[in-house]
Amino acid sequence: MNRTILVGMAALALGAGAQAQKSAADGIAEYRRMLEDGNPAELFEAKGEELWKQPRGPKGASLERCDLGLGPGVVKGAFVTLPRHFADTARVQDLESRLLTCMEVLQGLNAAGIASTPFGRGEQNNLTALATWIAAQSRGMKFELPQAHPEERKSYEIGKRAFFFRGGSHDFSCASCHGEEGKRIRMQELPNLTKNPGDGVGFAAWPAYRVSNGQMWSMQLRLNDCFRQQRFPYPGFGSEATIALGTYMGVNAKGAQSIAPAIKR
Amino acid sequence: MADPMRIRAQAAGDKATVRVLMSHEMETGQRKDSAGKVIPAWFIQEVSASHNGKPVLSAQWGPSVAKNPFLQFNVKGAKAGDKIAVSWTDNRGDKRTDEATVS
Amino acid sequence: MHKILLTSCTAAAAAALAAGCASTPAPAELDALARQVMKSSFRDEGIAKIDRLDQDLGQAACSSDQPPAPALAQQIETQALATLKWPAGGQYFGDWREGEKLAQSGRGMTWSDASAAPKDNGGNCYNCHQIDQAEISFGTIGPSLWHYGRTRGVKSLADPAAAPIVQYTWGKLWNSKAYAACSNMPRFGHKQLLDETQIRHLMSLLLDPASPVNQ
Repeated sequence: MNRTILVGMAALALGAGAQAQKSAADGIAEYRRMLEDGNPAELFEAKGEELWKQPRGPKGASLERCDLGLGPGVVKGAFVTLPRHFADTARVQDLESRLLTCMEVLQGLNAAGIASTPFGRGEQNNLTALATWIAAQSRGMKFELPQAHPEERKSYEIGKRAFFFRGGSHDFSCASCHGEEGKRIRMQELPNLTKNPGDGVGFAAWPAYRVSNGQMWSMQLRLNDCFRQQRFPYPGFGSEATIALGTYMGVNAKGAQSIAPAIKR
Repeated sequence: MADPMRIRAQAAGDKATVRVLMSHEMETGQRKDSAGKVIPAWFIQEVSASHNGKPVLSAQWGPSVAKNPFLQFNVKGAKAGDKIAVSWTDNRGDKRTDEATVS
Repeated sequence: MHKILLTSCTAAAAAALAAGCASTPAPAELDALARQVMKSSFRDEGIAKIDRLDQDLGQAACSSDQPPAPALAQQIETQALATLKWPAGGQYFGDWREGEKLAQSGRGMTWSDASAAPKDNGGNCYNCHQIDQAEISFGTIGPSLWHYGRTRGVKSLADPAAAPIVQYTWGKLWNSKAYAACSNMPRFGHKQLLDETQIRHLMSLLLDPASPVNQ
């Protein structure tokens, strides 16, 4: 069913000549609107909620005492305050690295092992589902990352430098694609992430379900694939650079409404 | 058993709109893995829905339906409190039935 | 809580003598910290090794929201100009059909690509540029290249009057930074992303009066 619609849209898009630009973009926007009802992210949300409440791991405990920044067990509103500093680990953490901490401390699972598990396998799938559900609990809320702690401010500054860091075989940085207003790569519009790109855009649109590959993508996976296409080496899961980039984007997105978990092409 | 379906059924006027999200790989049988071997077809073949036990929908699907398929339909005369059940069977013979109450 | 603040103080102390314990480190120290963070946050994967994060002069200078000082920019451009390798036998052109295929392909050099050989790479061109108007799926990160040769008055490839533009185009494809220190465009020849033969095909795509780009 979905494939037929996609073919229809593509046919519509290729029809007109010079006018094709507007109608192709409109066609794609219409296709995306049609996808909004029945976002498969809900399947991951449901799984994430189960995992939050389920006693697991060597310690046979649930994650219900996990502190995501607003106190143990407080989930609503936490997503839009991350990344932030945590006293118990003495560092700034994003959602996924914080989940790793809770999975290890509360449940006795092996954080390092999970971090080195490839995306889409084993416990990584559980992490993705948890992140999807936690994000959903802040849907519609506005990003308000704290910057009171010096480590949080430092994380922002490191993230900004990481954002503009040119490297790899192609000399790309995040800024190569996301540093300017109104650009696109092929037909994919690129939000300007050096400032607030608006409600439900950029940092405010992930985790998201990607229809093109039928996968649920968390922010860590989104960053991972960005770096792959930048021709960089492999970013460690939950590494400081990835967390700092989250701080940079999240602080820039202050006031933007989160629509996570979203749906993407 | 496969992951549960997410079903929402909302009454409005003389009908209820039912939305179902099914968790299924929907493998077409056309794809090859990195070793060049065909990935076997695995997709939902039959879908049925009932309203308070009475059959209201039956569908035959094929490999052209996308992964994690979404289905939406209306049921005339369904009111709040009624039961909607959705079932699927795939080409391997796996089945799944889930139920929701019309709100 | 106190322990963490103390650590921040110690780190910041060297660079921010006058400031209080709750301040962020000075810019130069943050620059150094960021470089460390980049190095320690990445690892080798496939053909993408950690040495890809060793920055050359241009990469380092252009890693900011501010452009480099004019003198530094000039130095980067001069260095890049010196790397230009002109094609063997003075043969600048190939087949625009092959050029179009290369322009369409975004393959190569990622950690999921098996080989780093130029023959397995694409030019990535349509990701950033409009080229042939018939292709509606084009990016806008770079300027439109539609009518590239035509707009520049290239009537025939052998015309001596076209020589300057031919050389500029080859140079731009070989090492884009020769003309703009912080260009977003990869250095296809200099970084061995594409070989001479492939660049010849792209030259034809852009400059050949018979190319669809110039119709």
